[in-house]
Amino acid sequence: MSHTILAFAEQRDGNLKKSAFEVVTAAASLAKKLGGAKVVAVVIATQSVGNAAELGGYGADEIVLASGDAFAGYAPGAYSRALKELCEQKHASALLLPHSAQGKDLAPRLSALLLAPLVADCVGLDVDGGAIVARRPVYAGKAFWTVKPKSGCFLATLRPNVFTPSKSATAAGTPIAWQPSAQRKPRVVLKSVIAPEGAKTVELTEADVIVSGGRGMKGPEHFAMLEELAGALGAAVGASRAVVDAGWRPHGDQVGQTGKTVSPNLYIACAISGAIQHLAGMSSSRVIVAINKDKEAPIFKLANYGIVGDVFEIVPALTAEIRKVKGA
Amino acid sequence: MNFVACVKRVPDTASKIRVGPDGRTMDPAGVTYVVNPYDEFAVEECLRLKEKVGGTVTVLTVGPADSSKELRHCLAMGADRAVLVKDDQLQRDPLSTAMALAEALKQIPHDVVFFGKQAVDHDNAQVGLLVATLLDLPAVAEVVKVELGSGTATVQREAEGKIEVFELPVPCVLTAQKGLNEPRYASLKGIMAAKSKKLDELAVAPGEVRIEVLKMEPPSARPEGKIVGEGAAAVPALVKLLREDAKVL
Ligand SMILES: Cc1cc2nc3c(=O)[nH]c(=O)nc-3n(C[C@H](O)[C@H](O)[C@H](O)COP(=O)(O)OP(=O)(O)OC[C@H]3O[C@@H](n4cnc5c(N)ncnc54)[C@H](O)[C@@H]3O)c2cc1C
Ligand SMILES: Nc1ncnc2c1ncn2[C@@H]1O[C@H](COP(=O)(O)O)[C@@H](O)[C@H]1O
Repeated sequence: MSHTILAFAEQRDGNLKKSAFEVVTAAASLAKKLGGAKVVAVVIATQSVGNAAELGGYGADEIVLASGDAFAGYAPGAYSRALKELCEQKHASALLLPHSAQGKDLAPRLSALLLAPLVADCVGLDVDGGAIVARRPVYAGKAFWTVKPKSGCFLATLRPNVFTPSKSATAAGTPIAWQPSAQRKPRVVLKSVIAPEGAKTVELTEADVIVSGGRGMKGPEHFAMLEELAGALGAAVGASRAVVDAGWRPHGDQVGQTGKTVSPNLYIACAISGAIQHLAGMSSSRVIVAINKDKEAPIFKLANYGIVGDVFEIVPALTAEIRKVKGA
Repeated sequence: MNFVACVKRVPDTASKIRVGPDGRTMDPAGVTYVVNPYDEFAVEECLRLKEKVGGTVTVLTVGPADSSKELRHCLAMGADRAVLVKDDQLQRDPLSTAMALAEALKQIPHDVVFFGKQAVDHDNAQVGLLVATLLDLPAVAEVVKVELGSGTATVQREAEGKIEVFELPVPCVLTAQKGLNEPRYASLKGIMAAKSKKLDELAVAPGEVRIEVLKMEPPSARPEGKIVGEGAAAVPALVKLLREDAKVL
């Protein structure tokens, strides 16, 4: 085992996120392609993490749990310096993180600390002639690159919902407590968190299912209909820019080239025409459903399944049908 | 206060992206360039902050000589000074770009350095935080609101559906998220005034490129779509397909 691969297993409120299993699975599969490497999962938290041991079943040979008050609130400095220290201590040849809000914030800081190149938003990892190569979308998914970092530890963030978690049977591991060396006082201080009413429980970029509405929804009040469909599906609600610009939905809901890039298993576009900038943000969704009254709408060119017709009639019917089949 | 906005030229978001003959770079034929949309937010915010507290706004880019067009656009919006670090390397990686910007910033007075959250060409979303870390400046990414106090900045960012409020000391690095502001259009007066403004060139030793692009490809074609039917009557068939065919329900 000449290589060690670190996998940053993200947790929230003491529970590992789905991405943690994706990242560890990806690290394990990379280890195999490298002809054997040790996979070290790293969990950073202020408290114990209930399901950390489960990472063993996904291919982590070692689970490191770094905890302490230094990691309270928003502490990218403490996180990135702890990860840097661990990378150096373990002589890691790669460190994988999720391309989540936290991963996106940590990875570039680490890249600068380690002076190691970072490949962001990877959708594929492979080994070519002994070197790790990564595939990632560029130009908002209008093209893909295969890239090879030339030196240093291989840093990569992995697009959510792309690397399917897979249990490799073996028993759970035992997290080992680890303390990074003394941290300096953070300069950025979290003063407060404002949770708007009805704040999303599912983050758009990590959601498994997304129901999105466009200008054809005709007004903010009609998004209640999409919220209901989303509720039945356990989905997050997104929107086109036309909707956000009209002030019907918050900016954080915008999907597209200048909004969020999403890659859920299922994306349901309701009354969205399918402008190139919108498609750029969702074209890598696994299954796309379009509902639009205009059968010539460009969204139908991308959609796997389409229904031509009025959203105000189709969406409630869809919600009812899904409730029926889900037996709720 | 000295405000610096780092801007990059990117293909217009409506551009068709084609792979060039080398199979590794974008074919530039027919591509028009614009200031990266997020960088326009950054420039706009610098202008607004300057209007409130006074100071100067400098726009900075690392790019080919042609980037002077995008710099002129920022000057026309109201920036006071533009700095071009000439660089013909088309596929510079984020770390080497950040190293060049960090070197340039050592020669440009700065209290608040604003970036876009992401350049919509290579979608790296790294350079702002890279520069901050290289220069050891405190940073918050993807801000949607900024207020300056005495020696501090209070900023908001949206993450996972919540708004987080941070305070950090100045000098600092911020990256702009959509929602921060509505960038102004350059007025005719602004365009005329831009002609007499300074566009300086700065020579900086670029960092080593550490990421090699082996291949550029168009996205794989999606399977032919299917219109399930018309109106609410088609709903049961759709749900059946989603369950049995696509297996997503
Ligand atoms: C620099 C730049 C960046 C951009 N970035 C983004 C981005 O990030 N995300 C984004 O989404 N857009 C973006 N856009 C805007 C984009 O070009 C489109 O204008 C926008 O996506 C259109 O939104 P829409 O589909 O909701 O509205 P429209 O194009 O107006 O489409 C509305 C659709 O609803 C249908 N419809 C109407 N009524 C009904 C009904 N009752 N039942 C069923 N269907 C109905 C219509 O047939 C139509 O297809 C950007 C544009 C620029 C220039
Ligand atoms: N060549 C460049 N010159 C100046 N600023 C840049 C350059 N590349 C990136 N930036 C800035 O860094 C931000 C993030 O870019 P990126 O990490 O490439 O997505 C952009 O929005 C710009 O503000």
